[in-house]
Amino acid sequence: MTFEQYLQTSLSALKRNRSRTGLTILGIVIGIAAIILIMSLGKGAQKLILSQVQGLGTKSVVVVPGRQLEGPPSTVGLESLKKRDLEELSKPYNVPHAAHVIPLIFGNDITEYESENFRAQIYGSSDQMPVIFDADPVEGMFFSQDDVVGSANVVVIGSKVNTELFPNGGGLGSRIKIKDKSFKVVGILPSKGASSLINFDDGVIIPYTAAQNYLFGTKHFDRILVDVDTEANIDITIEDVKQTLRMTHDIDDPTKDDFSIVNQKDLADRVGVITTALTYFLAAVAAISLLVGGIGIMNIMLVSVTERTREIGLRKAVGATTKNILLQFLFESVVLTLLGGIIGIILGTTASFVASVVIGRLASFEWTFIFPIGGAVLGIVVSTIIGLIFGVYPARQAARKSPIEALRYE
Amino acid sequence: MSNIIEVTNITKSFKDGDRVTEVLKGVSFSVPKGQFVAIMGRSGAGKSTFLYQLGLLDHPTSGELMLDGVDILKLKSEERTRFRLERLGYVFQDYALLPDLTAIENVVLPLLMQNVPDDIAYEKSKQALMRVGLEKRMYSLSNKLSGGEQQRVSIARSIAHDPKILFADEPTANLDSESSENVISIFKELHKQGQTIVMVTHEADYGKITDRTVLLADGVIIEDTINAHS
Repeated sequence: MTFEQYLQTSLSALKRNRSRTGLTILGIVIGIAAIILIMSLGKGAQKLILSQVQGLGTKSVVVVPGRQLEGPPSTVGLESLKKRDLEELSKPYNVPHAAHVIPLIFGNDITEYESENFRAQIYGSSDQMPVIFDADPVEGMFFSQDDVVGSANVVVIGSKVNTELFPNGGGLGSRIKIKDKSFKVVGILPSKGASSLINFDDGVIIPYTAAQNYLFGTKHFDRILVDVDTEANIDITIEDVKQTLRMTHDIDDPTKDDFSIVNQKDLADRVGVITTALTYFLAAVAAISLLVGGIGIMNIMLVSVTERTREIGLRKAVGATTKNILLQFLFESVVLTLLGGIIGIILGTTASFVASVVIGRLASFEWTFIFPIGGAVLGIVVSTIIGLIFGVYPARQAARKSPIEALRYE
Repeated sequence: MSNIIEVTNITKSFKDGDRVTEVLKGVSFSVPKGQFVAIMGRSGAGKSTFLYQLGLLDHPTSGELMLDGVDILKLKSEERTRFRLERLGYVFQDYALLPDLTAIENVVLPLLMQNVPDDIAYEKSKQALMRVGLEKRMYSLSNKLSGGEQQRVSIARSIAHDPKILFADEPTANLDSESSENVISIFKELHKQGQTIVMVTHEADYGKITDRTVLLADGVIIEDTINAHS
């Protein structure tokens, strides 16, 4: 018999028992759909996390005050980054590969405009901020170096702050209040979503001098960002930053550093590895249902062999060889699992697409739907293999039947 | 006339635990080409078992079996299947049709198993169905056909590949008299065309249409008669 004839025979046998066929492949459908869903959502989550981590660009180095990233959690030195550090790090002979160096101060407070108010993230930074974050205003402009030097009461507001405080527009040039201090809106940012450091949409950005003097009453920075000229110079720049800060902080013993450095590229790589490992782990858990589905198929195929004993005997009586019968039943189980695999891929893809739309809307993330091609190929291959493995035993049982005994079977 | 079937001292035993039942106790028998033989006997005499051995649906415990000049017991299992497929035809008492297939699909099945190209296989099947008078029912599902029609499909399937020997196991046992006559007339016609036929039957009347009647009892041939009309 030809491949086509085996396929036809298998399909017509499966069509004969449509509801049983459907129930039999359910395990495979669920297993493959779960794998596709997990892989798709895993890749979507990975992309989202990476985009947040990489919001700064992978050639940024973040200086964090204190030693909280190494050893036991500590609050020692949380105020260790000062204006002098910023000035020293900005000097080309200290950190020659630094393209830009900016400070960051974080806080949150109520912003008010007439009767409207909104709790916003407050960021104090320098005029260089839009260069590093690629955050140029859509209306107005970013504050200038003079504003920073003069502690000007100016603010650049995020898109959500704009719509909350100025539902009827007209935000640019207006004056908003933060902690009863009045700030003039000089720029409005486009919708940008969130990165690991900054939530632009919910944020207001003011000169760091104004933030220190008028809002927080502090003299330190929460972060200093060093934008490196090229990725190749990251390691050397990290060393330069360390040396410069040790010099300004009078630290001789590196274990006594009152700062730590986060390398965005390493962070991105680590996040990538973790999310990939997590995705594969979850997919492996989902694969257990494939095993259960495979056993289900074997069970039903064994029932089918018993039920079709007479048919097997008849086929043998009219000339089917043992190999013919073996192949016929193997074909049936492979067609069954392959069908389950294809339905599972369609179902999993649809579910992950719907999930990506829902997550994107509910959590206002920029969640991207990703079709896991690898997962789909794996689904097809795995379901075929399951069909082969779990189909062999029933097929052998069928092929071994003697035609006479099978024909006598009622 | 040369013998197309040569059986020498065939035995067949079945084991059921420690108990061994000998159903055929050394049967010797030969059939010349073109002969129409009726094998008769009471229930349990071993008729069907004997036919299964001749039709290669079963394997004798001992003895010799030559069909169409081939020493069958020396063939491997796959070779025997192929031999049966190509040179023998078998008509079963209960038709043994696949109920979900049409008449022509049932007939074509053994030809496809022989790897006969589709177009030739279907043409031969059509011819066979025409020979048994079923040209108008060839696309009907076999389970929608009457008993007589189903048996005619079964005959068409057994002759579509022009077998050297045709075996029939009580082909009219499940049929009414009109259908039985119909089926028997097909066998007569096939015989007239030179077909070798070995038929197990209960019907003593069929002695009138066959060349020879062999009577089996308790696993041995007790009577072998050449019928007067032949």
